[in-house]
Amino acid sequence: MIAAVWFCLVAIMIAGYVVLDGFDLGAGIVHLFVARTDSERRQILQSIGPVWDGNEVWLLAGGGTLYFAFPALYSAAFSGFYLALMMVLWLLILRGISIELRSHIESALWQPFWDLVFGASSALLVVLFGAALGNVVRGVPLDANGFFFLPLWTNFQPGSEAGIVDWFTLLTGAAAFVALTTHGCCWVASRTEGDLQQRARTLGAKTWWALLALTALITFFSFRLQPHLEIEFAEHPWGYVFPLLGILGLAGIRFFNVQAGDSAAFLCSCLYLVGMLTSAAFGVYPYVLPSNIAPEAGLTIFNASAAPYGLYIGLAWWIPGMLLAAGYSILAYRRLPAKVT
Amino acid sequence: MDSALAVHRLHFAFTVTFHYLFPQLTMGLALLIVILKTVALKTRNPVYDQAARFWVKIFAVNFAMGVVTGIPMEFQFGTNWARFSKDAGGVIGQTLAMEGVFSFFLESTFIGLFVYGEKRLSPKMHWAAAFLVFLGSWLSGFFIIATDAWMQHPTGYKIGANDRILLDSFWGLILNPWILWQYLHNMIAAVVTGSLVMASVGAFYQLSGKFGEHARIFVRTGVIAGTIAAVAMVFPTGDGQGRMVADHQPATLAAMEGLFDTSEGAPIALLGQPDTDAMKLDNPLLVPQALSFLTYRRWGVEVKGLKDFPRDLWPDNIPLLYYSYHIMVGIGTLLIALMLLSSLWLWRGRLYKSRPLLWALLLALPFPYIATTAGWMTAELGRQPWLIYGLMRTADGVSPLVSAGNALFTLMGFMGLYFVLGILFLFLIHREIEHGPELAAAVAQ
Repeated sequence: MIAAVWFCLVAIMIAGYVVLDGFDLGAGIVHLFVARTDSERRQILQSIGPVWDGNEVWLLAGGGTLYFAFPALYSAAFSGFYLALMMVLWLLILRGISIELRSHIESALWQPFWDLVFGASSALLVVLFGAALGNVVRGVPLDANGFFFLPLWTNFQPGSEAGIVDWFTLLTGAAAFVALTTHGCCWVASRTEGDLQQRARTLGAKTWWALLALTALITFFSFRLQPHLEIEFAEHPWGYVFPLLGILGLAGIRFFNVQAGDSAAFLCSCLYLVGMLTSAAFGVYPYVLPSNIAPEAGLTIFNASAAPYGLYIGLAWWIPGMLLAAGYSILAYRRLPAKVT
Repeated sequence: MDSALAVHRLHFAFTVTFHYLFPQLTMGLALLIVILKTVALKTRNPVYDQAARFWVKIFAVNFAMGVVTGIPMEFQFGTNWARFSKDAGGVIGQTLAMEGVFSFFLESTFIGLFVYGEKRLSPKMHWAAAFLVFLGSWLSGFFIIATDAWMQHPTGYKIGANDRILLDSFWGLILNPWILWQYLHNMIAAVVTGSLVMASVGAFYQLSGKFGEHARIFVRTGVIAGTIAAVAMVFPTGDGQGRMVADHQPATLAAMEGLFDTSEGAPIALLGQPDTDAMKLDNPLLVPQALSFLTYRRWGVEVKGLKDFPRDLWPDNIPLLYYSYHIMVGIGTLLIALMLLSSLWLWRGRLYKSRPLLWALLLALPFPYIATTAGWMTAELGRQPWLIYGLMRTADGVSPLVSAGNALFTLMGFMGLYFVLGILFLFLIHREIEHGPELAAAVAQ
């Protein structure tokens, strides 16, 4: 039971990370397309400047929480997706220094260079995160000790010989890319004014159609490739509330985008991301990392969690700790100007 | 040694060594900036505000490097040390997750206010932001030391089914006796680094005849804080840490000291080269009975030598361990001498005019970094062959399915990336030092 609680808490932290760091990753992607001058790019950076670092902390705190609550999952997934994880680390480093170092030197070469690094690293990170989620849904070839190792790619087929990248995980990577691009458009539109705002809105309107198509595709193929999803939703029909949230959010993005209600569109985009992630989490539950060879070899909340004593003790510091963290976050967000100029 | 194991060890050693060049300055400088800002608040002397502002700019670049190189550390527990993480994650995952929840959120929120917020905040609020960044970085240090202390001296655990290591007592983990001395020793080392860097930059300005008033503040602050910290490195923290090693890792103590033969009234080797095949120390320069005295407070006590420990309990790289320890102690001793002399000259009012001593302070810049790195190498090489002392061998903790080829690929990737980061860091710090403190009352940024 306590393991199920931690499953929910970890899911909340991952969703929190995707929603929060998602908009600054998205802003990183779209700033290459919607910002045409140095001043416009600076506005986009200002809109995320005081908060992006705190958003990224959700990844570290989420990783730490995953580590102590589900050590077997942490060790299997991180060593199994070794190369992709290492690339994520390199991209996080490049992205972090591109934001921090950009303002240090005024030069016609310095800023454009770091802008490109910022945009490219944001885009690649998002694709890798999406592919990672695709891997979890598809399953991995866990051995008797609960470990696996996947090369980056093999034959691009999502069968038992699959690598990290196959056509399905490529599709989930693309969906993540389009979803966070849209998310980033909504953020930029809600925080800027004038031409920049209009261009972000227009780009968001275009990417929305791609998002609709990709959402339908990954949903269809997820159910085809991971039979457990159908079983889970059939046994617990109340779980349909999660995909419903996603659909509601998706429709809302469009509705408010057309009406130029940018903040509402951004909130709908958050809702969409939370709906999609919780649907995936609900669908694979009680698995945390299914096997694509033998279902019984999959890691579940039961065989991957830490001992109950540690999990109960964890609640005692995690809850006050996260309340404090939420307090800091509110402080940081309240300092954020409603519109950057 | 299996080659995959060797690459995984080098992978962690390289990334953590490079990473820790930054947090040691972050943590030391955070304290010194709080001190400068406190003086500025009390005396209302704008020069101290300008001095603090200059160091905030150095701090910001250094902090960013520490953050981006720190992220890979947490992840590598899973990627490269998966069997260790699987078996022990339920215990050390606690302290690592607490670092994220209690320290990273705090730091990341207030670093922005600290670096960019001076214009918008009252002096007292900006002081508070500086203090919270200091608190966050020192808390972060605590949780990391608590994690390492558990690997050095595991407490608060029990062994469950399938040899999994289970948390048995949260307070046993958090109040591990190993933490106290290791934490103080490490944090004070960070203060030594911060102080030496501040004094060194001050000496550079003073020798160049630039930024006179600021230069003297830097030298004075650095020398006073550095003297207190350097002395505290030996006593009580170094002494306390050493006795923990003597009590709980006796084979490590013997290897650090190059002591092969068990002896009553054991000597301390100041110099010498350990030969692990012939099991003797070549060209030894010994201080008789000193090891016995320092370890047990009595001259004639027996200290066990390496020959009396089974070879499979010997640390697996004794020469490197021995040299790391001796370099740490040697540099530490030199730094204490330099700091005491500088303090004396400062007290006599001669320091700012003494070019030889200012040159010595300027050139001492790399030494706290070398000593700190050597200190950590002593701790981690000394723990070998154990990953968790007495519980899990290093060879048993590595990721079972990540081949040497894959690990080497990513190690080379890190080497290339960190080479670029290192150059960028030096370039940006050089610019800030060249630019110097803002003389006008204008606020940075």
